Amino acid sequence: MTDYTATEMMTVTAARALKNDDVCFVGIGMPSAACNLARLTHAPDITLIYESGTIGTKPDVLPLSIGDGELCETAVNTVSVPEMFRYWLQGGKISVGFLGAAQLDKYGNINTTVIGDYFDPKVRLPGGGGAPEIATSCGEIFLVMKQSKRGFVEKIDFVTSLGYGKGGDDRASYGVTTRGPSRLITDLCIMEPHPVGKHFIVTSIHPGVTREQIIEGTGWEVEFADEIAETPTPGTNELTVLRDLHARTAKAHEGQQ
Amino acid sequence: MVARFMSLKEAVSSSVRHGDTVAMEGFTHLIPHACGHEIIRQGLRDLTLIRMTPDVIYDQLIGAGCARKLIFSWGGNPGVGSLHRLRDAVQDHWPHKLEIEEHSHAAMANAYDAGAAGLPCAVFKGYRGAELPRVNPNIKFIECPFTGERLAAVPAIRPDVAVVHAQKANKKGDVLFEGIVGVQKEAVLAAKKSIITVEEIVDNFDDVPFNAVMLPHWAVGAIVEVPGGAHPSYAQGYYKRDNAFYKAWDEIAKDRDSFAAWIDENVIKGGPEDFAARRNENRA
Repeated sequence: MTDYTATEMMTVTAARALKNDDVCFVGIGMPSAACNLARLTHAPDITLIYESGTIGTKPDVLPLSIGDGELCETAVNTVSVPEMFRYWLQGGKISVGFLGAAQLDKYGNINTTVIGDYFDPKVRLPGGGGAPEIATSCGEIFLVMKQSKRGFVEKIDFVTSLGYGKGGDDRASYGVTTRGPSRLITDLCIMEPHPVGKHFIVTSIHPGVTREQIIEGTGWEVEFADEIAETPTPGTNELTVLRDLHARTAKAHEGQQ
Repeated sequence: MVARFMSLKEAVSSSVRHGDTVAMEGFTHLIPHACGHEIIRQGLRDLTLIRMTPDVIYDQLIGAGCARKLIFSWGGNPGVGSLHRLRDAVQDHWPHKLEIEEHSHAAMANAYDAGAAGLPCAVFKGYRGAELPRVNPNIKFIECPFTGERLAAVPAIRPDVAVVHAQKANKKGDVLFEGIVGVQKEAVLAAKKSIITVEEIVDNFDDVPFNAVMLPHWAVGAIVEVPGGAHPSYAQGYYKRDNAFYKAWDEIAKDRDSFAAWIDENVIKGGPEDFAARRNENRA
């Protein structure tokens, strides 16, 4: 199928990164759409966990908040928030964390706290929430974010959550033993960390996207892998399921009055 | 604490003082909005407000001038965007300067747990490589005495007053929470005093499962029956989250004058009895 948007391309590509046996900590927004698309297509047994305490949730519509009733009603179990963060996240039971960001650097460090100086902010963002510990306690991290020079920056204003720090082995120097951001899925391409330097390099470009577009949408000097794949296009079934999911969600949320 | 049934007005006037540290919890579910309104109506000032997700409820309290300090871990309007009153207070000191102490969710959850457990601090694997420890002196690191592992430590949360909303109390004053239970139990057990609003008071809990999330009557303070008291959040089994209101709040709170007009019309001139109609409009 050729008739799809850049956002759909990003969501489908992000969904495909998930496996049927993953236990996934889901952020709201784009990660939530991708994780549920995976569950409704190739990964029916995936365990989706939201930080509100819902384990193994199977929502019929996408939640507006991380604590919508739908998440609890369709979950295997709902636990308290301290239990969620202590036993399940810190305890190392979660294989993948799915995060977005306001700003990100080439080492996958992310900022969701503040633009400008912390004590005299230009823009105060919501803050870290669960992200600082999701970023270090999950087996690996997938990042999903639309590209722009404002978002993909050389230096982020505040390190809310650790990626690869200053690159190389820096992540481990903080006592972190998990893998870190292993994939960055954007509306233009897929980036993966360099095996040694740990800075993101472009490994797959979405169909119809040029290298210039990626360079234009990135605030750091973009490095391309020697061999670059073309990201597979979304399948008919994936697009149908995704569009149905969004349509059900829109109907459910507006149907509330 | 021994449970006492009373009006919302009496619960707030007998439990909350100017300058108190108040934790109003409910993780997107069971948010005690009716009690938040009562605190605004009674003109309480200089409060230190604690809440993991200071969403619309604290946007209202901050904009109304009740808060001196905010301790939090995520400050947004879930699924919608920014909290304009919080932002105005932090960026432009309106209606006055607001001190903030910022944590992660894991830190806050652990700190409530430590408060309930009578510990002075919470210890956890947190803030590794994160920048908040640079700007928040209440985040420190200690070494595990057994393994030498470096661990984060934050002070336990011990509020003067915890405020939560629950589905039910029985006539003895035992309280039942169902659905997404957040940190409500921990917040109440960590606090010196508590106010619990409930959807209804029932005769007994004979049909409640063995392992339900409950607080016995001798562990809670004031209990107030306020049907709909969590609106615009929701009460599982009673009414749905009013997503339309959360979206509408973005417009209301964007502008200082429209915010003030909304507070005057809906809070100052309103009362806890207004919430029942909102429950009916959002029936599950």
